[in-house]
Amino acid sequence: MTQPVLSVQELTVEFVTRRGTLRALDKVSFDVARGEVLGVVGESGAGKSVTGSAIIGLIDPPGRIAGGKVVLSGERVDNLPPEEMRRLRGKRIGMIFQDPLTSLNPLYRVGEQLVETIQTHTDLNAADARKRAIALLDEVGIPAPDRRIDGYPHEFSGGMRQRVVIALALCAEPEFIIADEPTTALDVSVQAQIITLIKRLCKERGTSVMLVTHDMGVIAETADRVAVMYAGRVAEVGPVRDVIKEPLHPYTQGLMGAIPSITGEAERLVQIPGSMPRLSSIPKGCAFNPRCSKVFARCHVERPELIDVGGHQVACHLYDQASAGKTEIAA
Amino acid sequence: MSEQAFVQVRDLKRVFDVSKPWLNRVLERQDKQFLKAVDGVSFDIRKGETFALVGESGSGKSTVARMVVGLLHPSGGTVSIDGVSMSDAKAAQERQRLRKRIQMIFQDPYASLNPRWRVGRIIAEPIHAFGIIQGDAAITERVGELLSLVGLHPDDGKKFPHEFSGGQRQRIAIARALASNAEFIVCDEPTSALDVSVQAQILNLMRDLQQKFGLTYLFISHNLAVVRHMATRIGVMYLGRLVEVSDGKQLFAAPRHPYTRMLLDAVPDLAMVGKPREGVKGEIPNPINPPSGCTFHPRCPLVFDRCRVENPPVIDGVACHAVNAGRVAA
Repeated sequence: MTQPVLSVQELTVEFVTRRGTLRALDKVSFDVARGEVLGVVGESGAGKSVTGSAIIGLIDPPGRIAGGKVVLSGERVDNLPPEEMRRLRGKRIGMIFQDPLTSLNPLYRVGEQLVETIQTHTDLNAADARKRAIALLDEVGIPAPDRRIDGYPHEFSGGMRQRVVIALALCAEPEFIIADEPTTALDVSVQAQIITLIKRLCKERGTSVMLVTHDMGVIAETADRVAVMYAGRVAEVGPVRDVIKEPLHPYTQGLMGAIPSITGEAERLVQIPGSMPRLSSIPKGCAFNPRCSKVFARCHVERPELIDVGGHQVACHLYDQASAGKTEIAA
Repeated sequence: MSEQAFVQVRDLKRVFDVSKPWLNRVLERQDKQFLKAVDGVSFDIRKGETFALVGESGSGKSTVARMVVGLLHPSGGTVSIDGVSMSDAKAAQERQRLRKRIQMIFQDPYASLNPRWRVGRIIAEPIHAFGIIQGDAAITERVGELLSLVGLHPDDGKKFPHEFSGGQRQRIAIARALASNAEFIVCDEPTSALDVSVQAQILNLMRDLQQKFGLTYLFISHNLAVVRHMATRIGVMYLGRLVEVSDGKQLFAAPRHPYTRMLLDAVPDLAMVGKPREGVKGEIPNPINPPSGCTFHPRCPLVFDRCRVENPPVIDGVACHAVNAGRVAA
């Protein structure tokens, strides 16, 4: 197997608060191969965005990485000194945030922001950097880029702004891009354009992408593999088709049934009782046990590890050989 | 048909003045600017059905909702509910009686509940306001009943809104809407602030309550999948105009207006794993200066000369020259 572009191993992030230490990420592990789009889904509070921030070292105090490691192309990056981390950010790992209006500086022309980023990471001179910026804007599908480059962010529409943000992320040709809810703030017709764009760019450039979103539809169309997160843990990882068509984890099964589809015939949506636990009161054993319909004794005491089941990995005792006998009793 | 319509909306219009201040206009020699948020929308809602309005941001769907409940005065056109006009001064008394039969559920349950009131008081407010039940004990009992109806515990009435999650707060908002025995509930994006598993709970609850009490919903959403799940009939809005009105199932099986088709093609869906998607052209234009004629014409694949000059009327549920003239099989 070739080396993954990004490998996250047992990453744990904790927030120290007055009411005790909250564990936002609990031993999260996954790999992203070259040119692959890994979708990370989960409901609010599942730890999707924290995972993204932890990878690029943007966890603000009182949060801290309490354990595990992040390996970028064979090189450990989570323990780099801040100065080196700052150089790595943008150059080797690009970011696309949810709200394109807040990730662009409203006081600077789009071109100035692009040129600044290009010059920070490469040794091009101003004129070449500008040419490069125009080429990037053209590549992300902005019409008349040589004219629009001198526009301010407010002169662009939401979808166009998100394209500019994508161009910014591509400036230094990073090997890995974290896209945190890149289409959530956009309308469906524009959302479709941005999805197509992200997909095309990864294919052409061989860039790997971690796509964080709560929208399963977006994942279904964009991602190659998907990781489902629940209460700071990875519940299931696998090829997108398998996870959507044949989910193994009871949480994923519930989640898929809960999503209204424009083609499905379901009269009533599947309902998962209750809601995601607060970080201060994550249940013992499997975090999903109070809401799970297939819960049995072992789930209350022991946390399930990710195990391989027919091509994808799932963290559920139901699929563990050791508890196979008990499952039948529970079912 | 019009006799049995519970809610009748006729040629509804709303114009917002978005001009710069007077001094700027004089100095910069600019005219007043107006934004036509809603431009001649007509539809009927039958009793007991769910009528959904879908559209992208800026299409005017929320403005229509606010005018229907009377939170916003129309610039033109009429809304009448159960035969009572919502704007006619002569009907003021009847309208007062009608008020308690109409309620609204808002998008953001964090903003629509008063954080300093206990939940019991929030839910009892419509009961007090309309004087439906007298006596504190009876009101408390009714509040408890409403809370259990929406899947909460009667004792939850003693808590404050911040003690509840987003989904539970939306349940409280629904309980408040039901407190005055409302028959017609306008829901403005009731689940778009919620996670999918919670959204499923709220949508199922709304359907159960509709069956139980024969409620009529006007359901506003930008999420086509949610609308498909909830609505009996659907109206698609684009730039303040209704471009297609159709039966729920029909709209998804056989969309007729080119915009509806484009919208349906654009929705990311679980069934779409690995399939290539249709390209979508352009974005919603600026509503202050909309295109002439049919406002969709710059993005429309079926555009022809007439579309650029003449605004198509709604004929048989579709407002499109190409479809109406039979140029395309629809």
